[in-house]
Amino acid sequence: MAVRADKKLDAHRLRADFPIFEQTFHGKPLAFLDSAASSQKPRQMLEEMTAFYETSYANVHRGVYALAERATEALELARTKVQTLLNAPSAREVIFVRNATEAINLVAYAWGLSNLKPGDLVVVSELEHHSNFVPWQYVAHRTGAGFRMISLDDHGELRLEELDTIAADGDVKVVATGVVSNSLGTVNPVEALSTWAHEHGAIMVADGAQSAPHVKMDVRALGCDFVAISAHKMCGPSGVGALWGKAELLERMEPFLTGGHMIRAVGDDATTWGDLPHKFEAGTAPMAEAVGFGAAIDYLNEIGFDAIEEHEHELAGYALGKLSELPWVTSYGPPADRRAGIVSFNVDGVHPHDVAQILDFDGVAIRAGHHCCQPLMRKLGVAATNRASFYLYTIPDEIDRLVEGLHKVRRTFG
Amino acid sequence: MGEFDQLYRELILDHYKNPRNHGVLEPSDAQAEGQNPLCGDEVTVSVRLGDGDVIEEVGFEGRGCAISQAATSMLTDLVKGRTAQDVAVMEKDELLEELGIPLTPVRLKCAILGLGVLKLALHKAKGTPLPDEWGTAARDLVLE
Repeated sequence: MAVRADKKLDAHRLRADFPIFEQTFHGKPLAFLDSAASSQKPRQMLEEMTAFYETSYANVHRGVYALAERATEALELARTKVQTLLNAPSAREVIFVRNATEAINLVAYAWGLSNLKPGDLVVVSELEHHSNFVPWQYVAHRTGAGFRMISLDDHGELRLEELDTIAADGDVKVVATGVVSNSLGTVNPVEALSTWAHEHGAIMVADGAQSAPHVKMDVRALGCDFVAISAHKMCGPSGVGALWGKAELLERMEPFLTGGHMIRAVGDDATTWGDLPHKFEAGTAPMAEAVGFGAAIDYLNEIGFDAIEEHEHELAGYALGKLSELPWVTSYGPPADRRAGIVSFNVDGVHPHDVAQILDFDGVAIRAGHHCCQPLMRKLGVAATNRASFYLYTIPDEIDRLVEGLHKVRRTFG
Repeated sequence: MGEFDQLYRELILDHYKNPRNHGVLEPSDAQAEGQNPLCGDEVTVSVRLGDGDVIEEVGFEGRGCAISQAATSMLTDLVKGRTAQDVAVMEKDELLEELGIPLTPVRLKCAILGLGVLKLALHKAKGTPLPDEWGTAARDLVLE
């Protein structure tokens, strides 16, 4: 994936936008290498949320007064920003949810419970985050459908040659994979999987939580039917995400959550559902969060996704190079040119919790654990890994501090 | 001493690198295993009981962070010679004093994993109270 951005990104300059870096931890500046779990927040996004609360806040949609109309406009503007981000055909197809997990549960429940039956198959990958694994496993069990995993090769990439063997076991109805793995950084061939899914009459669900922050997503190019994303991983606030789905599928689906706002008419005995996207947005929306989401998208567009992607590739290559110089470190996943800015590794004989704890004393924040990917950990034959993940504000100095910290880990446990 | 030196002081590292009473006893009078779902730490504890349910031998195996494994190693030394009933109501603070290091809430779970598993083993064999450290999670484990 040779990306060449028109203008390179200046991470040192961008860091000034992020108030979190003004603090020290254990007396050291923060080296934040856990952006795959959640990103830090730029001042521009925070200010836009505050401005919404201070100048435009009221409940949306039903108010007839000017302030409520202003709030509604702000929410709907945010929706069109998500639509543009994803190159979605229509803003009606963009549903605000709490996060990517809720988006996937929406599809699993509202589509899966009505459309799956014994003899059908739900296909996920061994790489999946639990968010795109557990809902499908659960709904498969509820409906009697089979549940299959596409396994991984030694590079941590999907073995597509298994697909036809899997399809021989039943009627494939759902294929669900991440666009980018949160553990290994593997970039999955979603376009090919979409084509294969559609050849079998299945829907294709793409978990974009880990890709939307880093690469320009295009739902039409991906060819999938649903995409789930979370704002908090892409400089936006926690508490809001989006589901994009094809209108013809969303229209035929039962609702997921019911209650206020999602209705057309409520009778004493029965209720009819509202139009898209409202049918899937019961209750008061995360309004300020959606406004923040829109502001985060503006912020990322300003920098440019090509520049972000190129920056992260450089960092991943730099980190993998540095780690490969340490014979007592094992790193997992594909080569740098085929992965996003995520590096998973282990230090021989030292549990990731201890690694992360020792790094923390030097202000270096990494994640240690199973990264919500227990099937993948079983595949790798480990209980847990360390994970360093990068974003637009990550600088090589932070990776140098990670490596220094690993030497300290080695000295402590040597 | 800095926080770093305290948390990874010599005694902890010694127990981690040279665990006491290492290995699962065959046969045993009580045995259980448990996991810390947050980090995947695993511990199996087994005991042999003598007259009056006194713990005569105890052995453990596991994989996990230095804190979880060192704490379980220290625990096995602490409980030898005590009765199952006494150990079932042993306060976690006694073990934490032995560890002698400041722990964040996340690491506290690592430190008391072995104690919870030991109490679970005794519960299964002798009907002693379940570990309160685990809340309802322990009950789920017993029901499996």
